[in-house]
Amino acid sequence: MSSDQASFAEALLDPERRVPDGVTSHAHPAPAKRFAIYRNNVVVSLIEALATRFPALQRIVGEEFFRAMAGVFVRAHPPRSPLMMTYGEDLPAFVETFAPAAELPYLADVARLEAARTRAFHAADATPLPAEAFSDLEPTDLETLRIRFSPSTAIVRSSHPIVTIWAMNAGEAEPAPIEDWRGEDALISREGFDVVVRRLPPGGAVFLSRLLADATLADAASAAMQDSATFDLAENIAGLISAQLATELVRMQPPAS
Amino acid sequence: MIQPTLPPRTGVGFKPEHFDGLIADPGPIGFVEVHAENYMGDGGLPHAQLARLHERFALSVHGVGLSIGADAPPDRAHLQRLRRLCDRYRPESFSEHLAWSSHGDVYLNDLLPLPYTADTLSRVADHIAEVQDTLGRRMLLENPATYLLFAESTIAETDFLAGIVRRTGCGLLLDVNNVYVSATNHGRSADDYLAAFPLEHVGEIHLAGHDVSVDDAGAPLLIDAHGSPVADPVWALFERVIARTGPLPTLIEWDNDVPAWPVLRGEAIAADAVLTRFAAMHAA
Repeated sequence: MSSDQASFAEALLDPERRVPDGVTSHAHPAPAKRFAIYRNNVVVSLIEALATRFPALQRIVGEEFFRAMAGVFVRAHPPRSPLMMTYGEDLPAFVETFAPAAELPYLADVARLEAARTRAFHAADATPLPAEAFSDLEPTDLETLRIRFSPSTAIVRSSHPIVTIWAMNAGEAEPAPIEDWRGEDALISREGFDVVVRRLPPGGAVFLSRLLADATLADAASAAMQDSATFDLAENIAGLISAQLATELVRMQPPAS
Repeated sequence: MIQPTLPPRTGVGFKPEHFDGLIADPGPIGFVEVHAENYMGDGGLPHAQLARLHERFALSVHGVGLSIGADAPPDRAHLQRLRRLCDRYRPESFSEHLAWSSHGDVYLNDLLPLPYTADTLSRVADHIAEVQDTLGRRMLLENPATYLLFAESTIAETDFLAGIVRRTGCGLLLDVNNVYVSATNHGRSADDYLAAFPLEHVGEIHLAGHDVSVDDAGAPLLIDAHGSPVADPVWALFERVIARTGPLPTLIEWDNDVPAWPVLRGEAIAADAVLTRFAAMHAA
């Protein structure tokens, strides 16, 4: 039985293989068309799962191209888990090396943004801190303060305007020519149950990434200023409050003296 | 071992787009069913909706990814995810399929057929025993829709299912559309199949739509597509089952080309009418 399921599984993902031995029907001894139903179910359902997770990607390249690309991906990278919400984590890396898509160099980063949206949608619930929690901060607090983030928080950096491109292909902005082609860093997070995508200000991605890695506000701000001379600490703190990212402020104890 | 049961009413396979309609205008709905794997994320809208639905309706958790019919034992990590889901929501029913969907570590996302032999019966029984032990509850096993047969099969599907029930104490989920689809696809009689089916162990019924095609030899080939209304011959079979058993929890599945809520509700009302009619006859 073991070898039978192995050859059945291999033939499902490889259209060149013939119908596995031992498979039959009452009407025809070698029922290719019947086996093709399973083959079709497997590949089409996985392509559908990717189309559900990467709708902007499909919109950008068109349904025909997307389904062809997804078909190649599905056969090369079938899922390793029955949780379809996790399928396609490695699609962005695949897109990056998929030669027919080479003329759209931003495609992989848009896919990274969409993959992060699904993770945010299913992330654990968290209660954001109210804005008042930040109202009595003193400049000296920056040295000792760390921020715990909502588990939905994610950052995707790109040298392409991925937030603008995504928004135009997700029904969030009117499609228009992009006059000023420059890199954009995306912040993906959840407000209640809604996944929200924002464009981060200069230095914002470094600032948040450091904070997510448990740096103090002062260290994160210093790294952000090195990344961008126009980094604005007040604007970025206001941004993380309004995006409901923070769930807790953690104060490091001052060293005993 | 927990043996909770669904109410002998109609239910629907839950789709998030039906949430508002279902809460505002449930019609005769007594329970909802969800695919277990869609609720294995950490949080967010899916869990919030499921918790609210379960305040209002009985809940059936229906697994599609456990691969009980595989030659290897069930994925232990996946079994633990199922256990956590069942512990969290305490559903009135947990069910899975007589099929396989994983091989090695590859998940194929379809319900694949297996030969029916003494060996496979023993293996499937072992897998079900492990599932029931892990979950601490009795499960229902669903008869599959199949498009192929295996030369090595020696046991009729109904005898295979009865053997599994005897060995494990599990219950059965009778999918009447699957009965009709498989019987047609294999040139057999659906009524003969149902005459041989151990109906006394059925804890839930599934009804769904199918697509119509033809095979290599020009023989009719039905596809279990779940994308259309329940077909007339399936309604007729369902009535003949309920005439024998009395009302059973009956679910309408509609997973593709999902219609507006009133259309699905209409299917549930039609099923409810059959249950109500035969409840009166059985009571009389």
